Amino acid sequence: MLDQNTFDLRRYIQGNGQSMGVWIALIVMIAFGAMRYDNFTGAYNISSFLNYNSMFIVIALGMCFVIMTGGIDLSVGSVVAFASVCVAYLSPYGIQVALPGGILAGMAIGGLNAFFVIAMRIPPFIATLATMLGAKGGALVISGRQTISVDWGSNFTKFGMGSVGGILPWSIIVVALLAVALWIVLEKTSIGRTVEAIGGGEDATKMMGLPVNRAKAFVYILSGGCAGLAGVILASGFGAGQPLEGVGWELSAIASVVVGGTLLTGGLGSVPATVAGALLLGLVFNILNFENGRGVISFSAYWQMVIRGLFLFVVILLQSRVSRVGAKQGA
Amino acid sequence: MQPLLKMQGINKSFAGVAALTSAELEIAPGEVHAVIGQNGAGKSTLIKILTGVYRKDSGDIAFEDKPWNALSPRESQDNGIATIYQELSLVPLRSVTENVIMGYEPRTRFGLIDWKAAHKRTREILADFGVDIDVTQPLGNYSTAIQQLTAIARAVSLNSRLVIMDEPTSSLDDREVETLFGVVRGLKARGVSVIYISHFLDELFQICDRATIMRDGQRVAVREIASTTKLGLIADMLGRDPEEISAAGMTDLGGGTHEAGELLLEATNLHTDRNLRDVSVSVHKGEIVGLGGLLGSGRTEAARAIFAMDKLRNGTVATHRNPAGFRDPAEAIRGGIGFLTEDRKAEGIVPEMSVRENMTLALMPRLVRNGAIDRAKEEEIVKKFVDALGIKLASIEQPIRELSGGNQQKVLLARWLALEPDLLILDEPTRGVDVGAKFEIQSIIREYVEKGVGVLLISSEFEELVEGADRIVVLQDGKSVSELQNPGITEESLIGAIARSHDGPGKGAAA
Repeated sequence: MLDQNTFDLRRYIQGNGQSMGVWIALIVMIAFGAMRYDNFTGAYNISSFLNYNSMFIVIALGMCFVIMTGGIDLSVGSVVAFASVCVAYLSPYGIQVALPGGILAGMAIGGLNAFFVIAMRIPPFIATLATMLGAKGGALVISGRQTISVDWGSNFTKFGMGSVGGILPWSIIVVALLAVALWIVLEKTSIGRTVEAIGGGEDATKMMGLPVNRAKAFVYILSGGCAGLAGVILASGFGAGQPLEGVGWELSAIASVVVGGTLLTGGLGSVPATVAGALLLGLVFNILNFENGRGVISFSAYWQMVIRGLFLFVVILLQSRVSRVGAKQGA
Repeated sequence: MQPLLKMQGINKSFAGVAALTSAELEIAPGEVHAVIGQNGAGKSTLIKILTGVYRKDSGDIAFEDKPWNALSPRESQDNGIATIYQELSLVPLRSVTENVIMGYEPRTRFGLIDWKAAHKRTREILADFGVDIDVTQPLGNYSTAIQQLTAIARAVSLNSRLVIMDEPTSSLDDREVETLFGVVRGLKARGVSVIYISHFLDELFQICDRATIMRDGQRVAVREIASTTKLGLIADMLGRDPEEISAAGMTDLGGGTHEAGELLLEATNLHTDRNLRDVSVSVHKGEIVGLGGLLGSGRTEAARAIFAMDKLRNGTVATHRNPAGFRDPAEAIRGGIGFLTEDRKAEGIVPEMSVRENMTLALMPRLVRNGAIDRAKEEEIVKKFVDALGIKLASIEQPIRELSGGNQQKVLLARWLALEPDLLILDEPTRGVDVGAKFEIQSIIREYVEKGVGVLLISSEFEELVEGADRIVVLQDGKSVSELQNPGITEESLIGAIARSHDGPGKGAAA
């Protein structure tokens, strides 16, 4: 009754229909950009695109895990700002201190989220809203509301500004390694599967004796740590700790996760598709910038946001169509 | 007297499965009328058709001699039929007044809500029920009984001629139940009819005039409460002859030929906050112990207590490996217990996950090697059980939600069997699965029992208990009241034991 030798493409597409849309859209966008704009595939564009978007990819990764448990982490944008200020102060000690320092700062706030959500049973939306405000305030307090210039003498800025071969920034390499690690965690380890199971049904998961609280603590601390890493990339890439940066980044991260096909109600998610979702959202901006560069039409930053919103809407609409068709045929 | 409500020949099916076949219901003006039946007998479907939640496939309904075809609950409310649902459909954070008059607020000349009039009217309405409270306070500040009464007050204030109460006492204590009964009698005195749905047969004898008994989507009997007995009602519900039940119930029971293996579980005087008062049960190696009783008798609650899902207020759970019981389900699982829950959707499957992942969820701690899940071993186990249990699927990577109920249940059973448990708690293991799968599941269970697994079996199907269990512990109102021993148990004797314990404490407590 079990035929494991035939690979059923239709079934595969049905099963993964939720995230197919994002891959198709990504390929179409890249092809479109490559054909229309001269320098689109140039080393400079690729390098700066990846460098900037590595921040959005990494917070989307953390967010993906939180959302898979059925939670949400609204604090990530503030944590990026908070961590960037922290690491600016740590920058004289070099990247070897600042990098773990920034990640730890983020994890500390993630730990606070975990405490609120698990021990105090505060709904994640509220708990992380509180830490969002708290981290924002913390960043402003320790920075004295100033951008904090980093120490250019140490190796700190090499992380955010250097690259391998002029095309692969260090930041994206670190983030890519993290993505692969998290992919393995999600697909191959029991904690990853527990995370998905919680989103599918917390009671059922508890009943099966799985460590629900430990898995929830893991996702919030992970999300905080990811935001901390984004803060390191920010400070290192722009040469300053920026307490006012990161506003609305949590929404970009949520959008990336959703575009990647992760259910907002939890229970189903994909690491690669989340990365693709973040890249896709970044690409929309990138292409709009190129379009502006051609000088025929010019979109202001505000119009770019409108267009990105519309784009997001269309992708999600397409995806829900795809998955609905899949579900119907599968049933 | 002309009936207030007459439902005739009501048919309704869901996805091809008949829920009601030519069902009937007749309510006289000013009577309190019970609707009873086993789970799945069609009570709630019938009521939901009446109140416009569902559409009937065919049939006629007349309310006050006029054809009735409610299209929405709101419409039925506007036309004099009010429903008080099991889960209170009120807004606890808003004031009592708002809850009572919501949607029907008195207005001032300017079209604004006239709060003074609203509070006054609410106080008047509640006073009729003997309730005198500050109506400006949030409803949630008051007890469940007051909230229940508020729901009823709301229903009555809408000039209802028929009030439907679905398990109204399930969350009330004894004193609160008395208050509620007072209200029901008050409604009756005013000529309002009440449809009263309850699993607690005792209550029917206190306040109902007649009872419609439903079974398999049909009305099987209408009884005058005054001239029937609990035994009679149970016989109607189960489709048995009352004399047969009563005769069988009086015979001495218990064969005592069972050879008990090593003691696996000894639970004594279990008492939790979930309607479990005093249940004792033990299970030996290679033995199936059934928990018998009507709905609400504490069967599932006893299982939850043993599995450490609910905190014990009193009593002890001891197993051969854990003499002090368990702190949480994880510990119970490590201690060799598996629990196949009754509610497959809410507590069993994780719908988006694959069959493979669902089957190995509880097993995961044992599949991890060097921090990662041993995928090869996992697939080997899953395939072994897919074959052994005859689970029909396209691929083990298929989402479990795509499987039929019977196959889902087999996956969940495999989940626990894979743990090689000493004791399996099976709560309605064959509910909602087709006959073929049911038979297969039962024979799988039997096979494992012969290998020495102990089983605690909960089932609403008497046949399954009678034929499957070596012993049956009979529960009633959260207490274990008697115990029957196979061979010798018949469906009649089991029903008799359940019915006897309903006819008074102690009477049938044969050990």
